[in-house]
Amino acid sequence: MGKDKLVIEKPLYDRLPIAKPMVGVAGKTGLWRVEKPVVNNSKCTRCFLCEIYCPVNVIRVEPETGVEIDYDYCKGCGICADVCPVNAIEMKPE
Amino acid sequence: MVVRTLPQYPIKKGEPAYKIWIFEPGWKGELPLITNPRQLAEQKRPALLPGHRLCAGCAAPIIVKLASLAFRGPTIVVSATGCIEVATTIFPYTSWAIPWIHNAFENSAATASGIESAIKALKKTGRLPYDHVDVVVFAGDGGTYDIGIQALSGAAERGHDFLYILYDNEAYMNTGIQRSGGTPKFAWTTTSPVGSVIPGKMEHKKPIADIMVAHRIPYVATTTPAHWIDLMKKVRKGIEVNGPAFIHALSPCDRGWRHAENLAIEISRRAVDTCYFPLWEWTPEKGYMLTDRSLSIARNPKLKQPIEKFLELQGRFRHLLKPENRHLLKELQEYVDAMWEDLLNRATNAPK
Repeated sequence: MGKDKLVIEKPLYDRLPIAKPMVGVAGKTGLWRVEKPVVNNSKCTRCFLCEIYCPVNVIRVEPETGVEIDYDYCKGCGICADVCPVNAIEMKPE
Repeated sequence: MVVRTLPQYPIKKGEPAYKIWIFEPGWKGELPLITNPRQLAEQKRPALLPGHRLCAGCAAPIIVKLASLAFRGPTIVVSATGCIEVATTIFPYTSWAIPWIHNAFENSAATASGIESAIKALKKTGRLPYDHVDVVVFAGDGGTYDIGIQALSGAAERGHDFLYILYDNEAYMNTGIQRSGGTPKFAWTTTSPVGSVIPGKMEHKKPIADIMVAHRIPYVATTTPAHWIDLMKKVRKGIEVNGPAFIHALSPCDRGWRHAENLAIEISRRAVDTCYFPLWEWTPEKGYMLTDRSLSIARNPKLKQPIEKFLELQGRFRHLLKPENRHLLKELQEYVDAMWEDLLNRATNAPK
């Protein structure tokens, strides 16, 4: 090499494997579901407990419209129905 | 340089979740700790994106999510080998919206020490564009109780500034439910099977949080995902202290504990109600302090429930509820009561 410097044409980090954040790294995990959470928005009191306890972060509570669930990724574990204090979420077979 | 476009967050249209976790160089300040559920839903996004491969009904992502809601700014997460590592980072993608590193099973605490030292060195030479960069470790009970304890003990002794969160599902669940140092007495696992010779595991759970208290590090606490405000406050305290901090979080596992998928929160609540897993925090100044539900139980002992309430939901303790094994149940109840009395004597805010 001597005095020659190593010339890197591309930035080095472009050649390293860099992981990208991605929604759904395991595919559409909604396929795992056997029971589907169905929300009765007229019963919902907007306590946000289902959003806080959801393990997959697919529940979103909008103060005006109510609970929205992303069924593409919901695995149907039923924790939201278990923690709901007014039983507004019901697990129904898929 | 290739510009990569990041995927859209599917739930709230027009606002990707990971954006809250991108800190431009020169970012100053601190994310606030919010415990009002409505403000939390409006202003915060968890660092773990949906669609990871953890089992339905697992409590570990709830711990990660609640902890990430309490982060105070740029954060680097270190993960030991375990359920969270294999399920959230499937090459070449990751579910983490923040920088994440995995090294090996045993050296998550050593890796965190190295990152913390590098941050310190960059800060000293003026090359760090942030006020503070926090290091948080997520490790399971195998990576903490058994394999990683020498790295953890060494890092605690050297006094590196990081937060170590142990999610304790009480066996090697990732490899097929083998016993670990964190498995409680009389629990069924595949390497301590219940039969005519032995009634499950024969040894008691290792008191890992008390071992960390013996290191006299600035902050040690226990928590569960069911007590979410308690968990978030403790994570924030652990990040803010200057020095190592350790948080022991109980994480029910529906595959290994043999319970129904929807009961993770109920079981962690009952673990505290029966005093099987008391909630406390320890600081060198104040000593042991009971928090949340355990403080209520200390003030009003009528709230304490028998250990059957915790065991009856789990298949791994099914044999203890049979009539011929009543003496084992009595032994476990006496052990839990003795540990609880011991903690009450040590706690500075318990009524004497």
